[in-house]
Amino acid sequence: MSDGASGGTRAVVAGHGTFAEGIRSAVEQISGRGDCFIAVSNAGLGPREIEAVLREALARSGARLIFTDLPAGSCTMAARRLQREDPALTVVTGAALPTILSYACGGDLGKAAEQGREALTVLEGKRDA
Amino acid sequence: MTLELFRIDDRLIHGQVVVGWGQPCTLGFFVLVDDDVSASEWEQELYRMGVPPEMDLHFESVASAAARLPEYRQDPRPGMLLTGDIATMQRLVAAAPGIRAVMVGGIHHKPGRAPRLRYVFLTADEEQRLRDLAAAGVTVTAQDVPQAAALPLDDLLRGDGSG
Repeated sequence: MSDGASGGTRAVVAGHGTFAEGIRSAVEQISGRGDCFIAVSNAGLGPREIEAVLREALARSGARLIFTDLPAGSCTMAARRLQREDPALTVVTGAALPTILSYACGGDLGKAAEQGREALTVLEGKRDA
Repeated sequence: MTLELFRIDDRLIHGQVVVGWGQPCTLGFFVLVDDDVSASEWEQELYRMGVPPEMDLHFESVASAAARLPEYRQDPRPGMLLTGDIATMQRLVAAAPGIRAVMVGGIHHKPGRAPRLRYVFLTADEEQRLRDLAAAGVTVTAQDVPQAAALPLDDLLRGDGSG
């Protein structure tokens, strides 16, 4: 499931508040590949405006992949509307740093999603009986 | 608690509604009132995707919502009714007596709207519609999330977008 891209923007990351910029910044700090992503926030935007910002980001970058934070979020809704116009567009919801970082470093979306699922772990401390 | 939350939110079903309100208020169902969405299978599928399986999502036009409101009020689970704009809520209030309180949860910027809160932008016409709702006996407040205080209409209309 590689997108075949080499360098440049590979995807748009979109979500609530500063989620997307935080993800982009973290990817940059860890791997130096923050420029793989365009960050989009839904802050202060209505549904049509979110759609317009995403459409512009995709057109500007040539990316055909959008990572969003919440499956029920307004960015996901907007991305799904764009997907209706462009079936070649892929939308990944519930995305977090492990998935996006893996994608930035490897470009294999299936593997990145798998690594994201594996990374989600609850670690409980040792409790006295 | 039953269907007690009537919310105006231009994003309709989204994270703040489903997670921000849905989980702490243990909402069991949503009623999405929009004439266009109620006539579009594709739009309905899109919104269904955003709601977890333990929550029901009903789609209604203004007319069908007014007719079925007594039924929704019989549901013992907490529920929320959503419209995407003030005019739709105003039409529903006119068609379905007994709606006593409406919250403005999110109306975002577009040309012609002035900022009132960071999540509410209104045109002069929309402000008048909110005043008309209040004059009809409906308590109008602004509140984005359950943890925030419900802001009375007068305070909302005095806002400059910084609150």
